[in-house]
Amino acid sequence: MTELKKETGTENVKRGLAEMLKGGVIMDVVNPEQAKIAEEAGAVAVMALERVPSDIRAQGGVARMSDPEMIIGIQKAVSIPVMAKVRIGHIVEARVLEALDIDFIDESEVLTPADDVYHILKSDFNVPFVCGARNLGEALRRIGEGAAMIRTKGEAGTGDVVEAVRHIRQVNEDIQRVVSATPMELMTIAKDLGAPYELVVQVKKLGRLPVVNFAAGGVATPADAALMMELGCDGVFVGSGIFKSDNPAKRAKAIVEAVAHYKDAKLIAEVSKGLGEAMRGQSVAHLEEKDKLAGRGW
Amino acid sequence: MKIGILALQGAVREHRRTLQHLGVTTVDVLYPADLQGIDGLVIPGGESTTMGKLLVRYNLLKPIAELGRKGLPIFGTCTGLILLSKHINGSEQYRLDLMDTFVERNAFGRQLASFEADMEIPALADIGDNAGNNTPFHTIFIRAPYIEKVDDKAEPKVIPLLTDNGKILFAEQGNLLAAAFHPELTDDTRVHAYFLKKVRTLKP
Repeated sequence: MTELKKETGTENVKRGLAEMLKGGVIMDVVNPEQAKIAEEAGAVAVMALERVPSDIRAQGGVARMSDPEMIIGIQKAVSIPVMAKVRIGHIVEARVLEALDIDFIDESEVLTPADDVYHILKSDFNVPFVCGARNLGEALRRIGEGAAMIRTKGEAGTGDVVEAVRHIRQVNEDIQRVVSATPMELMTIAKDLGAPYELVVQVKKLGRLPVVNFAAGGVATPADAALMMELGCDGVFVGSGIFKSDNPAKRAKAIVEAVAHYKDAKLIAEVSKGLGEAMRGQSVAHLEEKDKLAGRGW
Repeated sequence: MKIGILALQGAVREHRRTLQHLGVTTVDVLYPADLQGIDGLVIPGGESTTMGKLLVRYNLLKPIAELGRKGLPIFGTCTGLILLSKHINGSEQYRLDLMDTFVERNAFGRQLASFEADMEIPALADIGDNAGNNTPFHTIFIRAPYIEKVDDKAEPKVIPLLTDNGKILFAEQGNLLAAAFHPELTDDTRVHAYFLKKVRTLKP
């Protein structure tokens, strides 16, 4: 019989879980009932939080990590991975979630930042982290701190996909610049991006980010989700878009199918029929700068 | 040789890379028509509930199960091991219902229990460049299942290829191969090569 020397909390197992979520949809849920609807619809994971971003936007106040009791309730309700959010820089909220045996932590700009200078040193934790990014530099800074997964920031709680599109296009454009650069140019690019040099070199070698990159922030319809896949995202987070719509179960299922078959317009047409009203949302173009969440973190 | 990779969700890219590195043509399987003309099928890691539902919704579950019963070589990793099994402890989820195994999902615990370890896999001894000099295989387990037990009366027999404290982590049964770990996340191609050897052996 083999006697195993098991290593936990490694970069491989942290990034590996993100790899397993590819091609899937991660849904925001606020209670065990919603978590079950999400799982039943085919979500690859759920994000447990007290208020979805559109409510945080509407109600204001300080948004913090969720009540552990509510997170535990959701963990008991489903067999898929359960994620939860901590405030940017809030080391102790992260430790609390790790103590709860959470599967993934989102260090999220949707919550009110706890530290306006430093992000969490995520490599210190055994639990994997996902972080938002608007461009390659931001993505590589988060990966440098130990993030095992990146997502676009988008503009959460708006139902307007334009910012998520802007962010993935910017990341793609930056990657193209790195890929087409000569080795001699990489240090200057790293300086311009504000990114760790070694990671820039790695991006050139791989032709993509070294971790999985999901879409997030403003996805409301199956077509939105498929658009983000078409633009090169590995999967999709849907926040307010599902449980703020008329028929969450049906919409959730439709978005799962649209992501799995994002190139199949006939299928997307079929699943988009009769979903009822999408979340009403608000156009990002009419948001004041101070009300945008994407500017949180650096 | 053409190998299909079930591409509904999960670590598709990594299996594709590994198989192409071994010189075989791969095809992403999204629709029943994609199953035509393949010599083997890989079911990647991902979320087994998600993949099971999509298999049913896109009419892939029955055709794949049928091909498996007729002898098509199928290799499942992690989620694939769950979907291949006839018995999933405590779950009614969709499955291909092919291997005579009893599978425990998330058997080691949640993500914090995910681990990597070097393992001796004797079955890989004569595989690849290192033939005859069997180095350990670096295994990565992510919210992994294991095979708790097998149906001893089954024909052909389920053969454990790797066990740890009585838990089966890698096994084969006739044309079927199942791993609880993720060989596709490493650069070591021996487990995939072992599967391709099975495909060649069984090819009519």
